[in-house]
Amino acid sequence: MNMRIPILKLNDILIVSLQWELDDQTAIQFQEDLLKKLHDTSAKGVVIDLTPIDFIDSFIAKVLGDVISMSGLMGAKVVITGIQPAVAITLIELGIRLENVMTALDLENGMDKLQQELEA
Amino acid sequence: MAYRSSVDIHTEWDIVAARQLGRNEAKKVGFGTVDQARITTAISELARNIYLYAGAGKIEIERLNEGGLFGIAIIASDEGPGIPDVRKVMEDGYSTSGGLGAGMPGVKRLMDDFRVDTERGKGTKITAIKWLR
Repeated sequence: MNMRIPILKLNDILIVSLQWELDDQTAIQFQEDLLKKLHDTSAKGVVIDLTPIDFIDSFIAKVLGDVISMSGLMGAKVVITGIQPAVAITLIELGIRLENVMTALDLENGMDKLQQELEA
Repeated sequence: MAYRSSVDIHTEWDIVAARQLGRNEAKKVGFGTVDQARITTAISELARNIYLYAGAGKIEIERLNEGGLFGIAIIASDEGPGIPDVRKVMEDGYSTSGGLGAGMPGVKRLMDDFRVDTERGKGTKITAIKWLR
């Protein structure tokens, strides 16, 4: 039941596509796996795509926010992509603001944004 | 008698089971994707509160039909320590768990009706309702 989330590497960027509803253990495992992969590969950026995800509760939001801050401590920039309208609406109503988080509509825009940030 | 189903909350996995049940019920009642997300998220927060503060309890989902008005009720109950100051937990930004859980005001905003019954040392019952528009 406890599945690991695959983390792909493309040049200097790690790409993560969340494909199913996250349980607590998978989310925490993902946090550790991503930081270890950053350390092992010296990647400079991460794109986390949430396109198939149809709800995010406060726990998952906290894990995502934390992993972004942790990646920042390790010198990597993170872009979140593909947040669905229903997810954006419920997160704000719930009172969760992922402030100072880079976002983009989809993976393609997210990759462009990250490249610009890394070249800046 | 309204249709009611439930999930006992003992572990983190039960939180996943509760929100899956809620999403399925919300679909059956006819809610759209945004309301399905609201209901699923509310269940996840309430189930997590049970897991964090009471240790065990249950989430019940009831389909409502009041004179042609359809909806869904989430009933989260536990026999935990109860909530000492309900007014305080309904304030935005109040947390005793260091930021885990968005808290009750968030859940209230996601739903249409929200009611807390709590007694110190006896437990807590939270009823949250969403109506189909």
